[in-house]
Amino acid sequence: MTNKQFDFSGEQLRRSHFHPRQASFNIREAWSAWNGYKFADSYYDAEYEYFCVRNTCGTYDICPMQKYNIKGRDAEVMLNRMVTRDITKSKVNRVSYVVWCTDEGRLIDDGTIFKLADDEFMLVCGSPCTAWLKKSAYGFKDVTVTDVSDKIAALALQGPTSCTVLRKMGLDGITKVKPFNIHYFQFLGESLMVSRTGFSGDLGYELWVKPEHALELWDALYAAGADYGIHPFGEAATNMARIEAGFIMPGFEFNEALKTVHFEHDQTPFELNLGWLVDFGKRHFNGRSALLQEQKRGPRYTLTKLDIEGNKTAGGSFLYGNKQCSLEIGYVTSAMWSPAVKANIALAMIKTEHLGDDIWAEIYYEKELRQYSKIARCKVKDKPFWTPARARANPPLDH
Amino acid sequence: MHRYNSIIIGAGHNGLVCANYLARKGQKVLLLEASDSVGGLASVREFHPEFKTSVAHSVGYFSEKVARDLNLKAHGFNVDADLSPTIGLSTDASHVVLQGERISGVETDDEQSYGNYVRLMRRFADMVKPFWLETVPPIGNNSLPEIMSYAHLGMNMRLMGKADMREFLRILTLPMRDLMDENFDNELLKAMLSWDGLIGSKLAPRSPNHSLITLLLRMSGKAAHQVSSAGVKTLIEALHSSASASGVEIRTGVPVGEIVIGDDAEGLIAMGVKLDSGEQIEADRVISSADPKKTFLDLVGVEHLEIGFCNRIRRLRGDGYVAKLHLALKGLPEFTGLDNPDGRLMIAPDMDVIEFAYDDAKYGHCSKVPVMEIVIPSIHDETLAPAGQHVLSAHVMYVPRHLQGGWDDQAHEAYCQLLIDTLAQYAPGIREQILHHELLTPADLEREYGVTGGHWHHAELSLDQSLMMRPTYGAAQYQTPIGGLHLCGAGCHPGGGLMGGAGHNAAQEILK
Repeated sequence: MTNKQFDFSGEQLRRSHFHPRQASFNIREAWSAWNGYKFADSYYDAEYEYFCVRNTCGTYDICPMQKYNIKGRDAEVMLNRMVTRDITKSKVNRVSYVVWCTDEGRLIDDGTIFKLADDEFMLVCGSPCTAWLKKSAYGFKDVTVTDVSDKIAALALQGPTSCTVLRKMGLDGITKVKPFNIHYFQFLGESLMVSRTGFSGDLGYELWVKPEHALELWDALYAAGADYGIHPFGEAATNMARIEAGFIMPGFEFNEALKTVHFEHDQTPFELNLGWLVDFGKRHFNGRSALLQEQKRGPRYTLTKLDIEGNKTAGGSFLYGNKQCSLEIGYVTSAMWSPAVKANIALAMIKTEHLGDDIWAEIYYEKELRQYSKIARCKVKDKPFWTPARARANPPLDH
Repeated sequence: MHRYNSIIIGAGHNGLVCANYLARKGQKVLLLEASDSVGGLASVREFHPEFKTSVAHSVGYFSEKVARDLNLKAHGFNVDADLSPTIGLSTDASHVVLQGERISGVETDDEQSYGNYVRLMRRFADMVKPFWLETVPPIGNNSLPEIMSYAHLGMNMRLMGKADMREFLRILTLPMRDLMDENFDNELLKAMLSWDGLIGSKLAPRSPNHSLITLLLRMSGKAAHQVSSAGVKTLIEALHSSASASGVEIRTGVPVGEIVIGDDAEGLIAMGVKLDSGEQIEADRVISSADPKKTFLDLVGVEHLEIGFCNRIRRLRGDGYVAKLHLALKGLPEFTGLDNPDGRLMIAPDMDVIEFAYDDAKYGHCSKVPVMEIVIPSIHDETLAPAGQHVLSAHVMYVPRHLQGGWDDQAHEAYCQLLIDTLAQYAPGIREQILHHELLTPADLEREYGVTGGHWHHAELSLDQSLMMRPTYGAAQYQTPIGGLHLCGAGCHPGGGLMGGAGHNAAQEILK
């Protein structure tokens, strides 16, 4: 007998359009959840999947990503007022990485805007933002915002052999697609949208199809990729790849400003080292005056890439300006041992005034149930830890 | 090309007051008005050949300080005019008459209570009075003005003594119904006294919120539950004449299409205005007496404003619930048992009738038993009607801005007839005296006077939209998120009604 009073069946996790195939790969049943979808943390082993992304290629399910179609004569003006970057500079069939802020200049989220036509855009982001989009659209006469998250099946294909796999799959001309470009191919008699985008910091593409073609796309991709090391990768491997690439992640580097409770437990783009996305040269945008002040005053914290001595990872560490740990100057947001660059790396928020100082991390670690701590010297890195030329090569290397 | 220091949008009474103060300090001021005459909702217009009146039909609490500062007496406004009574009408001629602290038509108990009640309210009204003509600073920045203002309010409260202070805090947000029930027995009297806390708002006798504060605002002048025999027309004429004398350049019939926004190192700034005609006029600052929604959403445009801010403006509650009935009459109407219909006459037999009228309006209907306040302005101003003939003006509560089924001609006429039938219960011969009738619903007021929602106060007077939060944070204190753009209309503290507070305060803030 079902208990009507406590019927939680509506809370059941939804299945992605690629679920039937991904489920058969997920031999460890390592599921977690993302935006209400059953989502793989890993399939077999996070490190194995990470090495696929770095050495061959892998697929990452982006069905749970939120996708919004923004259409109308005022679509561009509306989006341009919402995000900090000047998207009027973007051409049709280009993708722009953007962030958007509250009135107070605090980061709400980051995402990508696909310019599909002069009056049509697709915004893709990690968390639902229907409410903010509707608020942003208020007052504009000709713009509609439609949540198309479930109407598109999207799959990322990332890694050095990704271009070759797509070419083998029959996408003639894929080698001509430049970073952040969108191109349409014929697939099963229908249009398949491909963008050269991704979250791995390496060569990679994202494929956008109608849900009814999701499994056929998967099968075609895995047939073409059989000899090129294709394998699905989950959240854990993605997190490794993005730290190496220096990409920010909500819940680590930043708190989505609409969800923070405590005053200033959120961040500004300048604090996240994303000042290059803030274009004061364009017309008004949300948070502009607050960000002007922030720029003048300088950010309180600055997101910094650290190369840390030793091999003990520094997750959650406090950072100090001296070895005695008497001057606290910041905290680590993400950390890992990077197999690709053979270094103990971290992303950290450091008080801007102390950026030039010595930086020491107080690292706690465990060895066979015993807790230890050490003080490790940190070096600031200006470039992303992992930024291979092949990611930007035109045409990409053939394998 | 001549350049103005200030352009003021809208020549309602607050626009006129603000312009005048600025011009007196040597500013070059241009006052732009969309309609053909000044005064806004208080402008006098002909609604039938030779019959004139204004939507705002009485002067009860126009600021004495503003009148003095702007020398309105010399421009024809009789600041010492006699006060006329408020008369609660009864079909059986047992009217209740209020004239200052005097009352007639009620039992001895109520007579006594009334004296005590009015004196208590007067103490409260005098205590808060200084704050109507002051900027209420934002909370939380610990600035000197903030500390001074709130210290002043605290001191005023303390000076009333412990008993009064406790009582003030107890009744501050009380529904009118509770306040009246604990003081009086006579149902008509209770309805009359609660009226001044409710009229113009979306509040009924049983609504807790802002009604006591509104009542105290209306008692900020000399009058309590009275109206001045000096009419609205002389006030607006005096404001107009005084502004012209101060050097304000006034242009009527020139609707502003947009506020021109430019850019400087600090952010966006107002550069001037663009008229509907296409003409562009530059100024150091632009001051809008239009309502907040019209100012920000229409004239500035959301693309120049923050998203959160625009949505706070969008969410301002500002649907009007008062309609206006105008009658051109062959002669002075005769109300049963009333020698002289001079003053403010009320049709509101008890608080339940008011409450039920509100309940109907809240769901988009008009009450079959409407409540109203009536003034015959032609008694004191013979220029409003031909000799021997009269104008009847009535505020009718509660009439929804959005009527179920819409305000078509038929709905309009049907409601007008119902109102006349209601009047005829108290003045049986009135139907035969009518030469012409006109009903202005909130929808009509919105269209004719450019006030979003047709709301008297441009934004509902309620706790969340008052004082340091009026109309909303980010646009309070007569500043806006746009540099050089200010507000001076009823949507600012202390609100609308013929008082001049908002225009006065905006000017003081700008001249700082």
